[in-house]
Amino acid sequence: MTIFDLLELDFVQTALIAAAVLGLVAGVLGPFIVTRKMAFAVHGTSELAFTGGAAALLLGIGVGYGALAGSIFAAVLLGVLSRRESDRDSVIGAILAFGLGMGILMLALYKGRAANKFGLLTGQIVGVDSTDLTLLVVSSVAVLAVLAFIYRPLFFASVDPDVAVSRGVPVRGLSIVFAVLVGVATALSVQVVGALLVLALMITPAAAAMRVTASPLRATVLSVVFAEVAAVGGILLSLQPGLPVSALVTAVSFVIYLVCRGVGAVRRAA
Amino acid sequence: MTAISLRGARLSYGDRVLWDGLDLDVEPGEFLAVLGPNGSGKTSLMRVLLGLQPLSSGTVTVAGGNQAVGYIPQQRALDQSMTLRGRDLVGLGLDGARWGLGLRHRRERRIRVDAAIESVGATRYADEPIGLLSGGEQQRLRVAQALVGDPTVMLCDEPLLSLDLANQRVVSELIDKRRREAGTAVLFVTHELNPVLPLVDRVLYLVGGRFRVGTPDEVMNSRTLSELYRTPVEVVRVRDQILVVGAGACEEQTHHLASEAAS
Repeated sequence: MTIFDLLELDFVQTALIAAAVLGLVAGVLGPFIVTRKMAFAVHGTSELAFTGGAAALLLGIGVGYGALAGSIFAAVLLGVLSRRESDRDSVIGAILAFGLGMGILMLALYKGRAANKFGLLTGQIVGVDSTDLTLLVVSSVAVLAVLAFIYRPLFFASVDPDVAVSRGVPVRGLSIVFAVLVGVATALSVQVVGALLVLALMITPAAAAMRVTASPLRATVLSVVFAEVAAVGGILLSLQPGLPVSALVTAVSFVIYLVCRGVGAVRRAA
Repeated sequence: MTAISLRGARLSYGDRVLWDGLDLDVEPGEFLAVLGPNGSGKTSLMRVLLGLQPLSSGTVTVAGGNQAVGYIPQQRALDQSMTLRGRDLVGLGLDGARWGLGLRHRRERRIRVDAAIESVGATRYADEPIGLLSGGEQQRLRVAQALVGDPTVMLCDEPLLSLDLANQRVVSELIDKRRREAGTAVLFVTHELNPVLPLVDRVLYLVGGRFRVGTPDEVMNSRTLSELYRTPVEVVRVRDQILVVGAGACEEQTHHLASEAAS
């Protein structure tokens, strides 16, 4: 089959739409995540999404809903437990390890197809069906709508918390709301690239964009473009050779990151 | 109309009384310096005026409310790789607390931000990454950030800390210019009075629950400060500087509104 024949297939088209939606959400959230130094929190949240997904698999309900429940639970827990930035790291570490352990236990108890298990960790976008796609699109629209509403105060609180507090911005409340948005987006990404590789979509594109511009708006636009190229491009590249999607998504994303670091370094030296 | 008014104001945490019976009126255009050792309640006073901290008793009024207050924090090192330009920082001072994306009135917004940047002489570097600017340049932008909202009151929380002498002068003159031209009341928290002494109309000196309000001459003398500290304190005037000996009042301190709000 040529790549054009492959593109005719329903499941490939569904996968591409899913990837494009995710790229948009991850790309928009990314600059906030990087500015707020939440890369590790995203990783922790994605592990809990895995735990939730595994629990759902065991109980025989939709994996997507399980992942969503797991990561929102994680986001709220992280928001409540880690009042101080200084112990956020250790709180995440502790929760992450326990969650991963529970997830593995539940997978061990699951008697179904082994491919379902592995997919939660490394992604199975070609397994996304139209129900999953509906959940994905609805959740994404919800995330983007909430983000649009809190955009300015959240940006203020992220880059300039002292003055934001002085202007009456609810800094703490916003950080919990944002953690939940990240939780939802993470749960969605888990289905596409898997729990282990979520950072490739949520962090790397934004980190790359922020290397080459100091304008927040331009950084967000570039971050979305990079995330789209990585997500959609990764799938297209994986089709013909039949390689794992997640491997190519992360590879594309990392190459973009390296190029941007290079460009940033050259500019700063100039 | 009075810019800031405190009546019988008391602030206490449990048994610890920071200040009690504080009556204070700050007039438009007045420059009030707030002095005192660590833990005497200077930052708490600021939090009260910003509406972040309720009084234990008494009343507080700030003309125009929270939105009419311009706040200038102390300079501190910003992440060099931060995706933020001076222009963005100033813009946040204008509408950063409002909900939504702020897509309307972009042109009008840009004009106001440009004017504020120009008024502090920061136009040349307003589009550079803010983390790469010097401390003095960052503080000029901080002044613009506070001015862009056209405040009736400016609360300055150690804005000169960690600046060199030349930049201390530039920043304090910008604040002085604003209060003279627009009648903005200035409440200036500092542990070092001398850099702003020529600008100061009155001093509020807080020590261990006691306080004194008056002109620098009325407050900054050996008798008054010895009473406040309840220990012999010598105040010496050398040229146009005031030196306080024996109060241990001049420690460096760092504090942030956000971290105090979180703890």
